[in-house]
Amino acid sequence: MRLALVNFGYLAAAVLFILTFKGLSHPRTAVRANLLGSVGMLVAVAATFLLLRGEGAAGYGVILGGMVVGGVVGAVLALKIRMTAMPQMVALLNGFGGAASVLVAGAALLEALAQGQVPSVEFTVATTAAGIIGAVTFFGSLVAFAKLEELIGGQPVLFAGQRGFNGALLLGALGVGAWLVASPETAWLYWVIVAAAAVLGVTGVLPIGGADMPVVITLLNSYSGLAACATGFVLDNNMLIVAGSLVGASGIILTQIMCRAMNRPITNVLFGGVGAPVVTGAAADEVYAGKVKAASADEIAMVLEAARRVVIVPGYGMAVAQAQHAVRDLARLLEARGVEVEFGIHPVAGRMPGHMNVLLAEADIPYEKVKEMDAINPSFAQTDVAIVIGANDVVNPLARTDPTSPIAGMPILDVDKARTVVVIKRSLSPGFAGIPNPLFAADNTLMYFADGKQAVLDLIDAARQAA
Amino acid sequence: MEALAVTLFIFVLAMFVGFEVITKVPPTLHTPLTSGSNAVSGITIVGAILSAGLQLTTLTTVLGFLAVAFATVNVVGGFLVTHRMLKMFKRK
Repeated sequence: MRLALVNFGYLAAAVLFILTFKGLSHPRTAVRANLLGSVGMLVAVAATFLLLRGEGAAGYGVILGGMVVGGVVGAVLALKIRMTAMPQMVALLNGFGGAASVLVAGAALLEALAQGQVPSVEFTVATTAAGIIGAVTFFGSLVAFAKLEELIGGQPVLFAGQRGFNGALLLGALGVGAWLVASPETAWLYWVIVAAAAVLGVTGVLPIGGADMPVVITLLNSYSGLAACATGFVLDNNMLIVAGSLVGASGIILTQIMCRAMNRPITNVLFGGVGAPVVTGAAADEVYAGKVKAASADEIAMVLEAARRVVIVPGYGMAVAQAQHAVRDLARLLEARGVEVEFGIHPVAGRMPGHMNVLLAEADIPYEKVKEMDAINPSFAQTDVAIVIGANDVVNPLARTDPTSPIAGMPILDVDKARTVVVIKRSLSPGFAGIPNPLFAADNTLMYFADGKQAVLDLIDAARQAA
Repeated sequence: MEALAVTLFIFVLAMFVGFEVITKVPPTLHTPLTSGSNAVSGITIVGAILSAGLQLTTLTTVLGFLAVAFATVNVVGGFLVTHRMLKMFKRK
């Protein structure tokens, strides 16, 4: 009876988790969906305590202690984190999920042995999987965190024979796993597997450049779910399997979306070492010489004066300059004059999927005005002014025109089709792809060289005076 | 083997449900989706509670304690930060 109650509890929690993801299909229902998820977690924890009581357990103090420590750390992280640093937060949480799976699977193996059981083949296979995926997730996430937080350089770290080395590590971990399956009573083998996977996590993420961090984050996100799934197979626990699968599926979907947005297969992201300086195509001087038109705030204000429709295209540079609020004020000023203002977001505009949307929402820009790439692109031909702020590669027309370019075939925002393009940028320096951008030298482009925030503030002043 | 068949059965179906449901999440909400799934991946807390509570050996208790702590960071941090973000998307 008790076991049935526990499983009914898990069923309720699983349904609540599915409703959580379902509710995230619209901003209106999303807050409630998230609350449902937390209720689901509460139900799952309560059901587990019931299960534990049936086993005559005594360690409630240890459990509460762990919950207090984790709860305080989690709450402080969640309440203090800046929205620009959300990718770091998610990287850490991905890692902690992986770590928890490694620890639980290891403990389960030791418990089985302590109780004099001989672990089955399924058990040790699942334990090996949880150890490998979990450790790769934890240590890979720490490297991703360090790169995002700029504790270490964002450039790909490459060394000779890296791929071979990583391949050997994976094969080694799997080999020791096979050994564990064959002699399940040698528990220390598990920690060898974990150690090999830990090194693999580090050397696997190091060669991936800063521009590809969105993919790393989504991939590790899916790994953290799959690690929970593997742990579910170890414990024969359906709750872990269902929740882990949902997370795994979410991460896989987002990884696909990110790869499509960069027009690169996942293998290229993981092993390509892209972001390392590449020199191809025309040199910057050739592209820019004598063709770049720099404009002042007053000149741009005059162009905006005559505009009926303006599209603002923000990139991560806008967030670095903390210009979100200034951009919102500019949008409101234009709207007050009857100008139609929308925002166009490239899928890889921020440092993780949807990051730019969160940053704009934080600045009180209504989400209805924030359009995704496919929705906004057809409208550029009817747009008077496109304002690009802190974005570069995602508006580079070479992606459409130059098949030899490193970004060839990448879907871009077609800002060059607007009547006038205003690019707010500190200099003509290249973006992550390391290539010049012909948009900056186009006939209909005005370059506004300045810090993003100051530029927009000056533009607002100039526009007010022009009125 | 029967137990494995049942768990595999559930795993495959859950994956399909996940793909169906999550494909419908709009790009606007992809960051809260990610942090929300961090919170859900904190479900490992279930296994962690069992290890920490059974106290079979000192080592398993320590591993369980650490796992409870890590998983709780995910649960509390994940749901809270997702809530913080989603509130910003509400129409003012």
